Amino acid sequence: MVAQNLRYTKEHEWVRVEGDLAIVGITDYAAHQLGDIVFVELPEIGRTLDQFAAVGVIESVKAVSDLFAPVSGEVVETNSELTSSPELVNDDPFGRGWMLRLRIGDASQLDSLLDQAAYEDLTRES
Amino acid sequence: MAQAQDGLLATPLADRHRALGARMVEFAGWSMPVQYAGILEEHRAVRTRAGIFDLSHMGELFVEGIDAAAALGYALVSEPAALKVGRAHYSMICFPEGGILDDLIVYRLGEERFMVVANASNSAAVSDALAERLVGFDVVLDDRSLATALVAIQGPSSLGVLAPLTDVPVADLRYYAIAEGRVAGVPALVARTGYTGEDGFEIVVDVASAGTVWDALLDAGRSFGVVPVGLGARDTLRLEAGMPLYGNELGADTTPYEAGLGRVVKLGKDGDFVGRAALEKAEADGPRKKLVGLILRGRGIARHGYGIFAGDRQTGMVTSGTLSPTLNAPIAMAYVAPSDAEPGTIVDVAIRNQRVPAEVVVLPFYRRAG
Repeated sequence: MVAQNLRYTKEHEWVRVEGDLAIVGITDYAAHQLGDIVFVELPEIGRTLDQFAAVGVIESVKAVSDLFAPVSGEVVETNSELTSSPELVNDDPFGRGWMLRLRIGDASQLDSLLDQAAYEDLTRES
Repeated sequence: MAQAQDGLLATPLADRHRALGARMVEFAGWSMPVQYAGILEEHRAVRTRAGIFDLSHMGELFVEGIDAAAALGYALVSEPAALKVGRAHYSMICFPEGGILDDLIVYRLGEERFMVVANASNSAAVSDALAERLVGFDVVLDDRSLATALVAIQGPSSLGVLAPLTDVPVADLRYYAIAEGRVAGVPALVARTGYTGEDGFEIVVDVASAGTVWDALLDAGRSFGVVPVGLGARDTLRLEAGMPLYGNELGADTTPYEAGLGRVVKLGKDGDFVGRAALEKAEADGPRKKLVGLILRGRGIARHGYGIFAGDRQTGMVTSGTLSPTLNAPIAMAYVAPSDAEPGTIVDVAIRNQRVPAEVVVLPFYRRAG
């Protein structure tokens, strides 16, 4: 399932824009590829992220994966539920499995992300 | 015969794994299922009900002849001559320098007949080493690895599932015992051994019979909630049970003593064996490093290769690590300096650019009830 009003990175992060904030997570495709997620490490609140930089870590039982920032901005909130319940990323990657909220630094960066159709093409090819 | 596919060997159960939706990976030159429903779900199924495993990639080497016991006593560090017929023991084959070539289980099928089960990753090396070491003994080495399949059932419900399917009196089969009979109507060896820390059985059959046994176990297991289990959960299960994995805890640069498995080396047995001089010295000198269990006391998962520190001094390295589904905490096995190996010692694991505290604990992390 790919939710409709989002933009995506090639590394399988999704972004939902709410005013000047971007909510970020990873897609169900990524969660499925990773398998059972057992640990999520997110950047500290207040930190400024650069677009496409590795800013966090998502660990499955067997592997360690980077979380990439889809746009530049300042972290204003992270999902504290993921500390005790990392499996939310597998169960509800677009909802309760959200990872961070950031204040968008440069909204034009959203244009460099994949839209719905482009992301579906990407995952269909894989 | 195992078929080559994309350069990888396929077990006789490959089609069944795909039909069950398994995610396949390369392991030791074989295409193997790493997971079906998911690693955590499979792990918990084995701990609470039972799971079945395709272990056909492992090596099965038969040694038969008048000198079989003596020959294996020379080739291995243990004393197969001391095994009664129908019994087995955990053993190792070492290099002359004392390092470990493989860990294995030796089963005594008869006065003059043994089966050695080796890791898939070392099957050929063990076969070659045995061929070399058995020269001069009145024995025949028959490497039947590619003609043999191995299906395991592991978990508290194993006995309930298997007993109706076999003429082997499995309820009376002791831990580390083996018997010959039929399972699901086909000739089989049934051993009460495993790599999960649960009760269970390992069933050895000809490749042509693997599907029959697998199907029968899954079918009989349905009402018990038996599921297929892949290599991913196999690894988390054995790690919780404190069992070593060759390539992680065991290798050519490690002696059995350093791995905490000195009990496997029978220096008191008669005659020379490969590695005797080096192992006598290693035992006398004491270990250069010690294998310990770690439970992380901060946030983070320790992984193979991460450094371990006591203050600023690096004291060792993580050999295996994961999030333990049963303990719901990050666990690891690691080598540390003997002076840091005392249970209760707090060391730091280097995880990316942070140091996360971990407590040295006695293995295993998990022991089954009863």
